Amino acid sequence: MPDQSDDIIRQYYEDVPLDEDYLLQVPEIVMMDDESLVDEPEIEVSSEMAFRKSKKTLEGDVLVVGAGISGMQAALDIADKGYRVIMIEKSATIGGNMVKLDKTFPTNDCSICTSAPKMVEVARHRNIKLITYANLSKLEGEPGNFKARIFRKSKYVDPDKCTGCGDCVPVCPVEVINPFEEKLAKRKAIYIEFPQAVPIVYTIDYDACVGCGSCERFCEPDAISFLEKSEDIEVSVGSVIIATGYELFEPLEMRREYGYGKYPNVITAMQFERLLSSFGPTDGKMKRPSDGEKPKSIAWIQCVGSRSKQLGFPYCSRVCCMYATKEASIAKELEPGMNVSVFYMDLRAYGKDFQQYYDKAKKMGVEYIRSRPSSVYQNDDGSITIRYMDTHTREVAEKTVDMLVLSTAIMPSKENKRLAEALGIEIDDSGFFQVKSIMTDPIMTTRDGVFLAGCNQGPKDIPDSVSMASGAAAKAVAPIIDRVKVIPTPDPPQKQVVGEKPRIGVFVCHCGKNIHSFLDTEEVARYSETIPGVVYAKDIMFACSEDTQKDIRQNIDALNLNRVIIAACSPITHGGLFEDTLVEAGLNKYLFEFVNIRQHCSWVHSHNKVTATQKAKDLVRMSIEKAKLLEPLSQEEVDVTTGVLIIGGGLAGMRAALALADMKIPAYIIEKDSELGGQLRHLHTLFPSDIKASEIIQPIIQQVEASEYITVYKNTTLENIEGYIGNFKATINSPDGEIEIDYGTTIIASGFGEIDMTGKYGYGQSQKIMTQTELEGRILKNDLPNPKKIVMINCAGAMDKERPYCCRIGCGVSIKNAKLLKEKFPNSDIYILYRDIRVFGKDEEEYFAKVIEDGHIKIVRYSHEEQPNVVIDDDGNLTVKVRDQVYNEDITIPTDLLVLTAQTEGDPSAHKLVEMFKIPIGPGNFFIEAHAKIKPLDFATGGVYFCGSAHFPKNLADTIAQAEGAASRAAIPILKGKITLEGITALVDDARCVGCGLCVDACPYSAIELTDEGKALVNEALCKGCGLCNATCRSGAIQQKGFNDHQILAMIKSAMFEVI
Amino acid sequence: MTQENEAKDEWEPKIIGFLCNWCSYTGADLAGTSRLQYPPNIRIIKVMCSGRVNPQFILKAFQEGADGILVSGCHPGDCHYIEGNYHARRKLTLLMDLLDYMGVDSKRFQMSWVSASEGQKFAEVVTTFTNQIKEMGPQTKLRGVK
Ligand code: FES
Repeated sequence: MPDQSDDIIRQYYEDVPLDEDYLLQVPEIVMMDDESLVDEPEIEVSSEMAFRKSKKTLEGDVLVVGAGISGMQAALDIADKGYRVIMIEKSATIGGNMVKLDKTFPTNDCSICTSAPKMVEVARHRNIKLITYANLSKLEGEPGNFKARIFRKSKYVDPDKCTGCGDCVPVCPVEVINPFEEKLAKRKAIYIEFPQAVPIVYTIDYDACVGCGSCERFCEPDAISFLEKSEDIEVSVGSVIIATGYELFEPLEMRREYGYGKYPNVITAMQFERLLSSFGPTDGKMKRPSDGEKPKSIAWIQCVGSRSKQLGFPYCSRVCCMYATKEASIAKELEPGMNVSVFYMDLRAYGKDFQQYYDKAKKMGVEYIRSRPSSVYQNDDGSITIRYMDTHTREVAEKTVDMLVLSTAIMPSKENKRLAEALGIEIDDSGFFQVKSIMTDPIMTTRDGVFLAGCNQGPKDIPDSVSMASGAAAKAVAPIIDRVKVIPTPDPPQKQVVGEKPRIGVFVCHCGKNIHSFLDTEEVARYSETIPGVVYAKDIMFACSEDTQKDIRQNIDALNLNRVIIAACSPITHGGLFEDTLVEAGLNKYLFEFVNIRQHCSWVHSHNKVTATQKAKDLVRMSIEKAKLLEPLSQEEVDVTTGVLIIGGGLAGMRAALALADMKIPAYIIEKDSELGGQLRHLHTLFPSDIKASEIIQPIIQQVEASEYITVYKNTTLENIEGYIGNFKATINSPDGEIEIDYGTTIIASGFGEIDMTGKYGYGQSQKIMTQTELEGRILKNDLPNPKKIVMINCAGAMDKERPYCCRIGCGVSIKNAKLLKEKFPNSDIYILYRDIRVFGKDEEEYFAKVIEDGHIKIVRYSHEEQPNVVIDDDGNLTVKVRDQVYNEDITIPTDLLVLTAQTEGDPSAHKLVEMFKIPIGPGNFFIEAHAKIKPLDFATGGVYFCGSAHFPKNLADTIAQAEGAASRAAIPILKGKITLEGITALVDDARCVGCGLCVDACPYSAIELTDEGKALVNEALCKGCGLCNATCRSGAIQQKGFNDHQILAMIKSAMFEVI
Repeated sequence: MTQENEAKDEWEPKIIGFLCNWCSYTGADLAGTSRLQYPPNIRIIKVMCSGRVNPQFILKAFQEGADGILVSGCHPGDCHYIEGNYHARRKLTLLMDLLDYMGVDSKRFQMSWVSASEGQKFAEVVTTFTNQIKEMGPQTKLRGVK
């Protein structure tokens, strides 16, 4: 075979043209020197200095810098534990980059819908002091005793007076480019960034303002004050979390050959997100910038600014493949006739459900072109022609599209350099913050007491950022654990509503376009108002936004509403938010009904507006009828038992235990093997470094065994679980017999392993065939014969019908082991047969490129349809036959050692846990989290959390971040010390009860007993509110609160009502 | 097409669906999130557990004029309240006999198990059931009976 793969790989990374005549148009490449990447940002408006107020001081426990999704998660995790958070954000609103996105992969959840509730929660949390439009200028002191200097710029608007009405905007004469809209639109000098901004306070852009005073004259509440001064604030805290996020690469200087900035119809992916967003500049319509026409074809070019040292950044940005897949499939969904294509190098669908998402996009008709685009040009009609070399056919071709989207890289924030100086921490070669150790301490900076979360130390997707943020919260709480916690202030007094006539308020949410495009929300609101009992009904843009929350509270107050109905999305995700809104307005939270007109209506009947509207009206009416019968319910509080049970003593379980120990919380690790360490015990070195696995795992095992807070049970299995969040009782089977443990919360870290490869690729038929893990064991024991030709087959058993997912770690493992083998056997030839090289994130790409180059490893791409074939002859000789996708030819390799990069799956013990804890499990025995993006470590079942490869295979850094994150989640109820029980429980009417005892038998929780008087009695602490007793009772004496017979019958009756 | 058939085509059945909060309601959410399309005839009533569904609700709904009724809960063994769906299954299977005895085709009443990750299944169940009820025509036996 021609030995050209080295060249191919080099060309990948050096960006040299593949053929002389291929690059017909030499791109204009402007090389930037490194310094220009981190040029000095402007942080303060110098003219403002004169207005500075005298110093103000603030006290808190933890300072969180940056209020994107990571910062918010970290702040909430700390505040929920009872500590005080001071949170600063440089923009006028919180929310970060996530709120700019239209939807998130791989579930296509609406991005603002998942982040807005968090924003509202942060702003309303009693333990969080939020300071927006502020920067950190200095950090002094040490862990436990830091002093930070904060400069808060004046917004020239009084936050207490501003109602967010926006009357000031039309009268402002100044227009400037709007950075929030990625330069696609303009805004005025007085602005809010987006309608759901938090806090909902307008800001005057001092640099743009001409001082005409129009806004001041038009502002009814007199909120505008040009005398409002900036502040110098000194805050004292015990620890600091930096969650300042990232910036996106702008292909203006480097990668200019793709025409961004020159041709109007070439836009970045983030700009495309804004075009899709319902509150974006086009109200969610896909329009191309040059003429506002709807494009009939769109293409994406991947890796713009990523994976190239010369033309951007050497690392893979980790998220671009999936966000482009998301954008392309949304485009296709909105316009099925549209021609949608993605120009890519490797499609890195490495995460949980990513591969399935990618497969689905392909099925929808998104065309993926494996290629190297060289340049683009614009045609007279504004369309864009892309010149590229198809890396399958190796032919140069052109494709013309109406609009071109560039998938630009995640890059370090330009402010990092200044901030690192202010914080006294270091930055790495690319300009990201330097972590203490990528292998063992991915959350710590180079300064003690200062922690990192999110993308400021490398690209990450949302769930990884959120996990890391929780991890940072655990770390940050450790130094202040002995401080006195905040005693929560009681809720505002509840209005008396019993005996009053129902006065119902109905709020119908547009959810941007999500509901409004598919059903007539105004009509639903108008109709609701005609129903007796309803005193107010209105349709609103976003029910969950801060301004609407305010509006709802005001209406409850002004109109004396005593029942509230929200017709919007799902109570599962948003119920709690609105219940809080009621409580703040002095209403009992059970005087609330949530109508799901999105998931259960607009999204599932999107082709018929008339029937969808009709159904929405019916659903709202049914809830109104139920609401009339709602009664306020009270909730009891119970104490929480301290201690966390951790299932699994691998890296994840041990790091979770250590993080808990740092918070002085006892942890009980149960491990089924005779030793701690899990998978790492069997590995030699760890990707992407050359550190020995034992060097990492041994010190951790020692720490765990030495900790006074951690108890380890080896050779032990979990037999039974009783109880619920706050008070669990585990029965474990240990060598010392059965032991019972009382504890508060559970972390599942049951890990994963390679699948059984028997019968695949000749596995089991020859000594020369082994899996990667077996190979590492052999290397550890030094018992490999000297192989001349080594073949590795990646994705063995992966991405097929049975296991449709990518194993996430196999590519990295194969490269690392290829390097190991090359070092051991320098004269060997090593081939890696791969489908896509999925080394993602920082350092990995670099490591991969170096190994391939230095080791002269040959890489051969094969396709799923044409799998490598392993032939074993009678003498036991091995031959691997494979069709090379790049050169389109068959290759035969006589092989001495065949290593299979086996697919992985969750530990088989997972199924037992599913039953015990009532938690869901998905493909490959991996558990399913409560929310793929914002609750990656939680289960829907309270008090049970998980981390590590039980969630999905992952590398060291991600595992540790998750483990520490899970520790933070599990610590919340324990540090709080109390749990509030549900109000939905069963209630017995003694007068009706005949004492038959059927309910006693029906109750799965033994919460009901018969009293001496022969009446049923419910124990509220044990009752879970399932309603089984209610369905069993013959005399209607026992009723489930919130779902009693009358309430449900009222809904049934109302469902049948004919509306004309 | 005969006139009768045309009339049948225009007539839209009314269907009530009782979904348990933990599995089927969330499964229905997933059907929405995945933008699966199904007929709009179903009106969902959320209950905490399928075991909460009292046979009285079914009879009442038929009296009020429902043409079909669906009860959906977690898969056997998966009930959030351990055994609620077993209660439901036992009780409501008996109800089917009663319905037949009363002259209501028990096919108008269906139980299904849909988990939180089965959006696709939820859409399928609703589609098949709605079509089946459409075929059967309006339920008149119990409608209006006091
Ligand atoms: S909770 Fe779903 S059936 Fe019981």
